[in-house]
Amino acid sequence: MRDPKTAFVYLALGAGAVVVAFPFYWMLASALKPLTEIYDLRLIPAHPTLANFTEVLTRTRFPRWFGNSLIVAAITTASVAFFDSLVGYVLAKLHFPGRGVIFVMILATLMIPTEMLVIPWYVMSSAYGWINTYWGIMFPGLLSAFGVFLIRQFMSGVPDELLDAGRMDGVTEFGLYWRIALPQIRPALAALCIFTFLGNWNAFLWPTIVIQTANMRTLPVGIALFSGEAGSAWNLIMASSALAVLPVLGVFAVLQRQIIEGITLTGLRS
Amino acid sequence: MGLGTRRALWAYTFLLVPLLFFLTIRLAPAFSALYISLHEWNIISPSKPFVGLQNFRLLAHDPSFGRAAVNTLRYVLVGIPAQIALGLVLALALQRINRFRGLFRALYFMPFVTPIVAAAWVWQWMYSQNFGPLNGLLAELRLPLQPFLRSPAQSLYAVTAMTVWQFLGFQVVIFLAGLEAIPRVYYEAAAVDGASGWRLFRHMTVPLLNPTLVFSAVYGTIVYLQLFTQVLNMTFGDQGGPLASTLTMVLYVYQLGFQRFKMGEAAAATAVLFAVILVITLLQMRVLSKPVEY
Repeated sequence: MRDPKTAFVYLALGAGAVVVAFPFYWMLASALKPLTEIYDLRLIPAHPTLANFTEVLTRTRFPRWFGNSLIVAAITTASVAFFDSLVGYVLAKLHFPGRGVIFVMILATLMIPTEMLVIPWYVMSSAYGWINTYWGIMFPGLLSAFGVFLIRQFMSGVPDELLDAGRMDGVTEFGLYWRIALPQIRPALAALCIFTFLGNWNAFLWPTIVIQTANMRTLPVGIALFSGEAGSAWNLIMASSALAVLPVLGVFAVLQRQIIEGITLTGLRS
Repeated sequence: MGLGTRRALWAYTFLLVPLLFFLTIRLAPAFSALYISLHEWNIISPSKPFVGLQNFRLLAHDPSFGRAAVNTLRYVLVGIPAQIALGLVLALALQRINRFRGLFRALYFMPFVTPIVAAAWVWQWMYSQNFGPLNGLLAELRLPLQPFLRSPAQSLYAVTAMTVWQFLGFQVVIFLAGLEAIPRVYYEAAAVDGASGWRLFRHMTVPLLNPTLVFSAVYGTIVYLQLFTQVLNMTFGDQGGPLASTLTMVLYVYQLGFQRFKMGEAAAATAVLFAVILVITLLQMRVLSKPVEY
């Protein structure tokens, strides 16, 4: 730290961090201000109150939206984790006719942007009665081509000898995947799970289209519509934002190393 | 039945549900979108006449589509250089320090995991013309107040700033990984040759970081091409901003398809978007398939 150059680097990084963190601070400060204070620019609320939070929690269906998001994100993540790892294993470790074609087909779907699919998904959902249902919100995300690609790469690194030894011991084909191969790629699988969960927790475009009633809203859709209707009650808008952001940051604080290193581990895009 | 056949049968069994998914939820809808793009359809009416390329012609003559396309290009041209430059500077700074590196990295990364809708509303509030902290700061410095999101000239940059904030931490992590992949010996050799500072950065670090730069630019471009949630929520009451100044391709598709029910035209717009993303991805694969020469 004696080196002035290094001191300058620390200073610049610190200033940058303040800028990056400021929106979080402003959100929290505004959420703690009573309505009478909200248009006053002081950084620290003069009379901090939790009333905004209780109002959001009791006046809106916030808890329900939170629950909806939890259900949708949890089921989607479980499904992606299971099916993607199974397909990744099969494509990396089993030999069968058509393997190359199937892999290329799955890979090709990576290039199709979601925006192109929402219209046909909507048509499909109307035809089968999936509009405004959990299934309707979830079905597009139950598998991920990127996940398959990722897991296949990691499964290729699992030694064949390990699987052959399992076969000698009479382990079933499913058991080879579940009990022998899967534990070998745990870090990659964990990273995939985290990013799938985050992606679904944040998903907005398809949910806004498929959800039609207040009860079915996921958290992002609920917050957007609530904030749109709240007009100038910024204290409530910020309280609802804070209620959505704080749990995520809490989880991030615990898992931050895994989350950040997950990106480098997998070259992951969310 | 031979062992190989039995294993193949197991493979097909395991792949049954996933293949059904990729065929019916990914591939078939993509073709269906192309099919819809060649028809005139308002989603309710049973009649769906084939109109050939008329939807694409309509798009070409729709000023809003042109607006959305130009805006999207501007998001890319402003956002990508900003986020690559800032990301690179921060990554180099983080590489120089020994203490608090993890803490800084986590702080910069926070916006990337923050729910986008909530963050967009916070930024809308920060940009508030009379009551936002940004104008508060300008007033404190005796500078003129700015309309930000309410100005056709500034709104696009205001949204871009929020997006850069959101992706900066991700960019930093990507660059840190890229920097770490550069073999130590090159720095040692450069030190022997007396190269340092800007020359070292310009003639060694940047060329060796090239694959990371290409990946960042392509990934970022695809993100900006699909920009929607930030724009819709930051200019919520006035979708697409004043005079459509923040309108993006995807917001345009959303309005066309799900507010005006012009499904054919909306599908045609998504086909255009698909073509653009495809070309960019293929270009990236060509560039990145060249081996890096360390």
